[in-house]
Amino acid sequence: MRTANVRTIVVWSLVALVGAAGWTVLALSRGEEVSAAWMVAAALGSYAIAYRFYAKFIAYKVLKVDKTRATPAERLNNGIDFHPTDRRVLLGHHFAAIAGAGPLVGPVLAAQMGYLPGTIWIIAGVIFAGAVQDMVVLFFSTRRDGRSLGQMAREEIGPFGGAAALIATFAIMIILLGVLALVIVNALAQSPWGTFSIAMTIPIALLMGFYLRVLRPGRVAEVSLIGIALLLFALVAGRWVAESSWADTFTLAPSSLVVWMVAYGFIASILPVWMLLAPRDYLSTFMKIGTIFLLALGVVVALPTLKMDAVTDFASRGDGPVFAGSLFPFVFITIACGALSGFHSLISSGTTPKMIQKETQVRMIGYGSMLMESSVAVMALVAASIIDPGLYFAMNAPAGVIGDTVQNASQVVGSWGYQITPEALARAAENVEEASLLSRTGGAPTLAIGVSEIFSQVTGDGLRAFWYHFAIMFEALFILTALDAGTRVGRFMLQDMLGNVHRPFRNVSWKPGLVITSAIVCGLWGYFLWVGVHEPLGGINQLFPIFGISNQLLAAVALAVCTTLLVKSGRLKWAWITGVPLAWDATVTLTASWQKVFSSDPKVGFFKQRQVFQDAIDRGEVLPPAKTMDDMHTVVTNSTVDGVLSAVLALLIVVVIVDATRVCVRHVRRPALSTLSEAPYVESRITAPAGLFPTKEEKEEERRAVASAGSRSSAGAQ
Amino acid sequence: MRSLRRAVGLRRVLSSLRWYVRELTDESAYDRYVAHVRRDHPDASVPSRRDFERMRTDRQEADPRQGFRCC
Repeated sequence: MRTANVRTIVVWSLVALVGAAGWTVLALSRGEEVSAAWMVAAALGSYAIAYRFYAKFIAYKVLKVDKTRATPAERLNNGIDFHPTDRRVLLGHHFAAIAGAGPLVGPVLAAQMGYLPGTIWIIAGVIFAGAVQDMVVLFFSTRRDGRSLGQMAREEIGPFGGAAALIATFAIMIILLGVLALVIVNALAQSPWGTFSIAMTIPIALLMGFYLRVLRPGRVAEVSLIGIALLLFALVAGRWVAESSWADTFTLAPSSLVVWMVAYGFIASILPVWMLLAPRDYLSTFMKIGTIFLLALGVVVALPTLKMDAVTDFASRGDGPVFAGSLFPFVFITIACGALSGFHSLISSGTTPKMIQKETQVRMIGYGSMLMESSVAVMALVAASIIDPGLYFAMNAPAGVIGDTVQNASQVVGSWGYQITPEALARAAENVEEASLLSRTGGAPTLAIGVSEIFSQVTGDGLRAFWYHFAIMFEALFILTALDAGTRVGRFMLQDMLGNVHRPFRNVSWKPGLVITSAIVCGLWGYFLWVGVHEPLGGINQLFPIFGISNQLLAAVALAVCTTLLVKSGRLKWAWITGVPLAWDATVTLTASWQKVFSSDPKVGFFKQRQVFQDAIDRGEVLPPAKTMDDMHTVVTNSTVDGVLSAVLALLIVVVIVDATRVCVRHVRRPALSTLSEAPYVESRITAPAGLFPTKEEKEEERRAVASAGSRSSAGAQ
Repeated sequence: MRSLRRAVGLRRVLSSLRWYVRELTDESAYDRYVAHVRRDHPDASVPSRRDFERMRTDRQEADPRQGFRCC
């Protein structure tokens, strides 16, 4: 029998105690203000235990990672995209690729139900679903030379399920881009400071691109330093612009920002990669890693207290102003990234598997990175929960509900049980040098307020406005990069699909095809952005649930592929590892889709909403929050589109799950019929540690490898 | 003696930091590629850094899924 030494037992008991203490305080305190330290303790304690025990169990007992088996990076090494990368570097790459605006926005919106439901879902979700998905997809893709999720679905499930997965991915991409753009429009509207500094990122990126292409190719670190210095200068200069006579030029209404945004997405996506996309990507990656690090430091140093209720009344009543619907299922789709995100499966299959050195590292890269992203989501939840709940609701409720004066907003928010004076609302806006903070929906401004609160507790109040715009800039920067990169990926999928109809489209560098498909993709997400901005019921309120549903549906596809692969590779006994998260995810998401389509509550169900407004139109009535007959027609059109979309997405995913189940059942009945397209075993010649810190045995192994390589080369020389 | 050891330690920290930044930003991609070509294809010619970096962005252009980032 294996025995653990005493020190190990003591250390892990202490970790368990810290986590348990955090959970106890969070769960039991009612009515008093709780320090964010408890949330941090609950999160870190749980992550440590999950990583040490559950992730290790999955890696070694279920997946049976094999350190003697060469990975695609080793076998197919071409020095460019396939090359064995140091695990610490790959962890950075993978984390920078999966963490974006998602884990920052979702938790902020979900805070309307209180901090507790969000915290539980983020932590439990990542441990049992999100991180498991990322790790298992990474493992299977590594065994298949870095095949993408779509390819794996086609090869392992079948052409039907594969096609459904492909269409679903495309639709999800479009909705994602529309919603992300909406977040930025809401953050930049009527804000000359923010708009100016974001606009300046374009010339900065062009300059960096020119530098890298012409002046000093490949000198990324130095050009990034120059870029960041310029970026910070643009941020400071934004204040001068906002206070100067130029302010009007950069004070844009949401509808003009929509036009700018779509134009930017289109032009950026047809320009060469080196001009805008590559340099922007360097900037946003540096800003992302830097800011997340600063935020973690700020939370730990300042240890602010949580002012939001643990669970608000909106959780059970389901009539919250930020998004409609009750806790189950809507918290679980609002917080996607950070707990379980389908999009990660696109990174875990594709880029990362081509660079991983050892199969044993899937635990650190796949599971570990996702735990890091989850901690970002926890920080976002902290940031949203430490601001005055009255201010939180005034910022996140649609204008149609709270009106556009601070007096009115104060009254409406007060009627929900959150007292805030009109003066306090006005002062909060003044403190960050914004004209108004009312109905700044989308999560980014709320997060920025929270971040500026945390940072100014450390640096003093004088920098509050600067930190607010720093946080806005940080989010806008990578959302704009995502618009460009996402349009390109969407275009690539579209080119592939249209290539079946008209051959030349398949050639990705065929210029007319490129322009046409780029325009179609921008037009599609631009439509959702336009709708979101002009929606009388509030764009985020209507669109965010569809975004969440689509992201979780993609997770269902990924988990279905994983479960099928577990079954087909003879791991039926362990199929529950991804099967249970799949069942949970499918339940949550299909329930949410069902409610969005069939609910008789007009706040939740799109078709009921359509019917209510259509009946009013027939009677010649205008229902609030619509102000004109035109608004009424807008609501009817939008709810029809949203409703149909929710239904179609749900159907596509049901197709994938049913097809996957068919394949699994067939395999169990007649295993001989199934094929498994795994790359054959090749023995690995490299040694590398599995975790962040090498164990004693791994160090010994490394020494032996170096010694034998030395004797081999000296033997060769003789 | 002690200050010497400290200086050596500091240099080691700085050089590993430099290594990490170069790897993370992929600034080291060219060196890696040259080493790869010299080792595995000794007869092939080695591109200049300028040509190599162009080839790399052209590859990303052709398949935008490479290096895609998530929400």
